[in-house]
Amino acid sequence: MTTIRVNGEDRDLRAATVFDLLLAEDVDPKARFVAVAINGVVVPRGRWDREPVKDGDEIEIVTPAPGG
Amino acid sequence: MYSPLEDPLTIADKTFTSRFLIGSSPFPNNQVMLESIEASGAQIVTVAIRRIDLSAGGETVLDLLEGDYHILPNTAGCYTAKDAVLTAQLAREAIETNWIKLEVIGDRETLYPDVEHLLTAADELVRDGFIVMPYCTDDPITCRKLVDIGCAAVMPLGAPIGSGMGVLNPYNIEIIRAENDVPVIIDAGIGTASDAALAMELGCDGVLLASAVSRAHDPVRMATAMRHGIEGGRHAFLAGRIPRKHHAEASSPKSGVIGT
Repeated sequence: MTTIRVNGEDRDLRAATVFDLLLAEDVDPKARFVAVAINGVVVPRGRWDREPVKDGDEIEIVTPAPGG
Repeated sequence: MYSPLEDPLTIADKTFTSRFLIGSSPFPNNQVMLESIEASGAQIVTVAIRRIDLSAGGETVLDLLEGDYHILPNTAGCYTAKDAVLTAQLAREAIETNWIKLEVIGDRETLYPDVEHLLTAADELVRDGFIVMPYCTDDPITCRKLVDIGCAAVMPLGAPIGSGMGVLNPYNIEIIRAENDVPVIIDAGIGTASDAALAMELGCDGVLLASAVSRAHDPVRMATAMRHGIEGGRHAFLAGRIPRKHHAEASSPKSGVIGT
């Protein structure tokens, strides 16, 4: 079991990769307008299926929202 | 005959016929947002970048706006250069644009820019290939530094965000316009159409606003009013106003008046 932080919340997840993590978070990895960062570094979409998620990682999953 | 088509606004490598940049929040609902943006005539629409909300059903604001507008993501809500830079990089990945409205807020109460962090973030983002449009103080020195860094525009506040107080320091805005070659866009503080017109009469190249339209009683009508205010102010600036005088000057002929 890995302990990670996703969008500010602690998670115990068995996600090997960003792709797996998105599925576990109910985010469609094929959805458009989604971006992911691990520990302050953007992980390009093309690397999601092989970018590992490790114990202690802080992960942000974001999308556009209405804004001024 | 003057035509808006002959007076384009160029930012970086893009040219726009509208000088109105509009925010996509906080409208009562999506329909009002879309109708208001259409009524505004704006071609540039700002969006925020936020942690994904699964309750939103998977549809984002981009699904509604994509294709019709030049989307300008912002870093609203960021308090540090580090967070603003990461938000810009996430926006680039999510929306596939290197344009960013850079906001680094220093204080929750005033929402004033933190100039130190703003300059740091602007420098990093310009080096990283971004087209940076910073929301900044109405301070000529800060604006000059942002231009020197390589920002594609400067966007001084007219008044605090959402305050609707208009352009509080027209003198500074005129100096900023006169001293810099990049577009100067008033960002924040506009309350009504005359505020927007004044900003343009001062020589600003555009107006960016959100709350003044989205929080109006009738957002679609206010979007229309702002559009006309901006266009009117631009025409007036280009036409050249008459000088202010402390005495009257009759517009009718002085000679030929009966009884003289």
